[in-house]
Amino acid sequence: MSVVQIDFGKRKRARVVGIDLGTTNSLVAYMETPPPKVIPTPEEGKLVPSIVSYTREGKIVVGEEARRRLITEPERTVYSVKRLMGRGIADVQDELKLFPFQIAEGSESVIRLKLGERTFTPPEISAFILRQLKQNAEAHLGEPVEQAVITVPAYFNDAQRQATKDAGRIAGLDVLRLVNEPTAAALAYGLDKRHDGVVAVYDLGGGTFDISILRLHEGIFEVMATNGDTHLGGDDIDNLLLRIALEDIESEWGRDLSGDNSAVQQLRRAVVKAKEELSYALKTVIDFEYEGRRYQRELTRELFEKLITPFVDRTLGPCRDCLADAGVRPEEIDEVVLVGGSTRIPLVRQAVENLFRTRPHTELNPEEVVALGAAVQAAILAGSVEDKLLLDVTPLSLGIETMGGVVSKLIPRNSTIPASATEHFTTAVDGQTNVLIHVVQGERELAKDCRSLARFELKGIEPMPAGMPRIEVRFLIDANGILNVTAKDLRTGKEQQVEVKPSYGLTDDQVEKMIEESIEMAEEDFRQRQVREARVEADTILHAVEKAKQDEAYEALSEEEKQRIEEAINQLVVAYHGDDHVLIRTKIEELNNVTMKLAEAMMNAAVSKALKGTKL
Amino acid sequence: MQDTFKHAEACWQCGTPAEQDLFCRYCNSLQPPDLDYFRFFGLEPRLKLDPEDLQQRYYKLSRLLHPDRYTRKTSREREYSLEATAILNDAYRTLRDPIARAEYVLKREGFENVEPRSKNVDLELLEEVFELNMALEELRAGDESARPQLEVARDKFLAMRSEIDRDLQDLFEEYDATRSREILEKIRRLLDRRRYVQNLVAEVDRELSN
Ligand SMILES: [Zn+2]
Repeated sequence: MSVVQIDFGKRKRARVVGIDLGTTNSLVAYMETPPPKVIPTPEEGKLVPSIVSYTREGKIVVGEEARRRLITEPERTVYSVKRLMGRGIADVQDELKLFPFQIAEGSESVIRLKLGERTFTPPEISAFILRQLKQNAEAHLGEPVEQAVITVPAYFNDAQRQATKDAGRIAGLDVLRLVNEPTAAALAYGLDKRHDGVVAVYDLGGGTFDISILRLHEGIFEVMATNGDTHLGGDDIDNLLLRIALEDIESEWGRDLSGDNSAVQQLRRAVVKAKEELSYALKTVIDFEYEGRRYQRELTRELFEKLITPFVDRTLGPCRDCLADAGVRPEEIDEVVLVGGSTRIPLVRQAVENLFRTRPHTELNPEEVVALGAAVQAAILAGSVEDKLLLDVTPLSLGIETMGGVVSKLIPRNSTIPASATEHFTTAVDGQTNVLIHVVQGERELAKDCRSLARFELKGIEPMPAGMPRIEVRFLIDANGILNVTAKDLRTGKEQQVEVKPSYGLTDDQVEKMIEESIEMAEEDFRQRQVREARVEADTILHAVEKAKQDEAYEALSEEEKQRIEEAINQLVVAYHGDDHVLIRTKIEELNNVTMKLAEAMMNAAVSKALKGTKL
Repeated sequence: MQDTFKHAEACWQCGTPAEQDLFCRYCNSLQPPDLDYFRFFGLEPRLKLDPEDLQQRYYKLSRLLHPDRYTRKTSREREYSLEATAILNDAYRTLRDPIARAEYVLKREGFENVEPRSKNVDLELLEEVFELNMALEELRAGDESARPQLEVARDKFLAMRSEIDRDLQDLFEEYDATRSREILEKIRRLLDRRRYVQNLVAEVDRELSN
């Protein structure tokens, strides 16, 4: 595998971009000076649909192009993969009923999706989206982009966060920070606001719902509490409408289309279009044509609102819990910020306004605000914004399983992160050398009702009578909301090795392997681009040398020098027709070197010619 | 008490003898954090604290220590920043809550098993608890008439908790003035009872909301 050397010596301050890796769409933004800006896609759009397709030629396509393939190649195309990030097969049974995910065999510990003849894990799919955003940013900024802040739903658990970080690594990004989406939105809004107060951020995206309550105080954005549902988003509305339309069609046409992926995708586009129109119009038509037949159904806003009321109501419970956890009454909320495409729905806006008794802010585009906030956080980490600081919290309590399967809470939910807890462990049996620890996340009393995070073993304990060893284990949730565990034998003072096996996630080795594979797949593209660029440079120099050969300075060169130039030209031309860009560049360099004297002579001639015309 | 990180004798960077400061007074590099919650905040170990003052100190320390400020520093300073901010947040979470603060002071003064996980019955509450359990059973068995009785019980326990809190406030002041271990002993007993009452309230709430 070839390694591309890029000279970063001249780089002043590493560029850090902010990425919103969404369920439906993804965006990348950056901030040089306020305000932050969304980086356009090559098609001059801003949103990259979070859709990935694997072509029959073994190429990966992302975004709009992949969206088109959703209809032509549904078996090779995947969307809404964020719903599967960091989750086990048992968690996603509901998802599998509603989304055309094709699960490959051997998905017990890590889900694998089948796209054509290959399988990919959700972090790999997300990595393709991230890589696309990275490329868009590089093309726009004209410099390499290797560091990023990536946003995640505030209610994402440890495994989902880890999976997102893994996706970043696989895409060749150094993920400096995972930031919670509602917090990022608050940062985007709070940028030019001088006054302090209590802000609620209501974030209803494609697949997830978050509510966060923050206190703004002299540039500090302190999250007081957060709540949410990682199973609730605009996708659910789409699925509801889709189901109704499918039933309609079945009774009208006498044909069940639900097994026909391509038809379902086209119908999905039709219902999404209708849904979006109802944010502005009072009625619309779901319009769908398939194999010469046409289905049309009028949908009024009134009926639409009746259909989605249960769905909107489901967001209100987490809002009330969040208020209670923050210790804030609704009337104490100074401002409400809306985030996510689904907050364009008038009924959602009304519900939020009723609950918080405040008219929500909508100045910033709800689909862009998270990426913009991520760009602000990126600027904070790069050191170019110094007066702002985010203090975020962990959404779920962290605990360990104790006797009888009961959870002992170590770090309560809504604790500001980084946060830590220290526990002491000992042995139960004489001579025991291992202690098994089960870490869980969640609010329930029994470990089996919580989310299993990891199991790890304290190994190599000196054999002693039961209860004698004293092992101190420190659980630390870092600023990304990810758990780190260290252990120490208090008798020997020796650091203990801790091997944390994630319950639902990739091991380090698996991630390493995926990084390699991803580079291999992406390399085709990248290498082709490099070859193209090298050839352009070769063209330039070959053209210049051919021209110089007409110059009198060339005639003045020795035969040996002329020979060397000819030789170098030949070698470059041979390399030019190969596909090794490193070789092309080496040959360009060599031709440059042997023509150095010629170039100097021509330069001097030109200078003296110019001087001749000048009066001294 | 935890001792994963001992406060260093001298600056890890330049060797200047350390004082109890966050940063080396000579080279300004971040030092390993102090693990004592009160010292971390530069406070005397007192049971009564001014919440406003504590919050101001917390914000100020967060600005100095948060990992967001250290992404471009050495890996060692990044690690200290993470450790220090974790302890800062743990300390703030503990000290801003009067009950958690009192439990912390008890632990700091060598009291063991400050947060027992057993549910030993408080003998003085025996009668009330007995009645309560009867009502809970009835409600669980589907007898809705037990509901008002439970609500009365809930109010009673809440009143009890308020009374305990008032008594605690007095004892906190007394301890700050005298530093007497006897007072700590009283505080400890009162905290046990409070926890017990608190559990009862939670249990009733759970049943009532079902
Ligand atoms: Zn120093």
